Amino acid sequence: MALDIVYFAWVREAVGRDGERVDPPARVATIAALLDWLETRGGGYAEALADRSRLRAALDQTFVPLDTPLGDARELAIFPPVTGG
Amino acid sequence: MSAVRVQTEPFDPGAELLALEALGGGAVASFTGLVRGDDGLIELTLEQYPAMTHRALSAIVEEAERRWPLLGATVIHRCGTMRVGDRIVFVGTAARHRAAALDACAFLIDWLKTKAPFWKREAFADGRRRWVEARADDDGAAARWG
Repeated sequence: MALDIVYFAWVREAVGRDGERVDPPARVATIAALLDWLETRGGGYAEALADRSRLRAALDQTFVPLDTPLGDARELAIFPPVTGG
Repeated sequence: MSAVRVQTEPFDPGAELLALEALGGGAVASFTGLVRGDDGLIELTLEQYPAMTHRALSAIVEEAERRWPLLGATVIHRCGTMRVGDRIVFVGTAARHRAAALDACAFLIDWLKTKAPFWKREAFADGRRRWVEARADDDGAAARWG
């Protein structure tokens, strides 16, 4: 099912785009599995997604752990730990 | 009465404090965060997740209102590029008594630092740019509120 991904901060810069629509295979059931799938594209994706301890995620604008099922979410955000305030 | 604003424009803490004082309580507390000029820093750029930011900040304010008897709370966070000495963030609280105002203010800034989708990028006089790394003691500060 089509899913919109948005990237922020150095993840966005490494990937080289603000976001994209993807249509992963059915076996890609969690955020972590989706990151594995994206990582096989190599280049900036492999660089940005290699160290999962430096990544955080939000599904439909809610913070969630990386092992969260994608379910029928419409938007996934991938970013480093937040540093506002 | 609570207010959450995310904006590129500067804000006036004095005006925000006056609005909180007008709520009729006996206590107003506030925190203002400024751009520090450490290590030759000249600019700080705040990136946000626009679709999520306002909702995340509102949820943090609602949590503060559940925990303390507040008459009002104001959270203002700027995004975009700022220079040394510029104001980045304002948190203000009003309550009948000081404990609620002070504690809620500290809670709001601690949670905001770890639970609102903002990212800081620093630019230095020598041309270096780097994304600020999250700090473990920020997580510790947020965790002390349970």
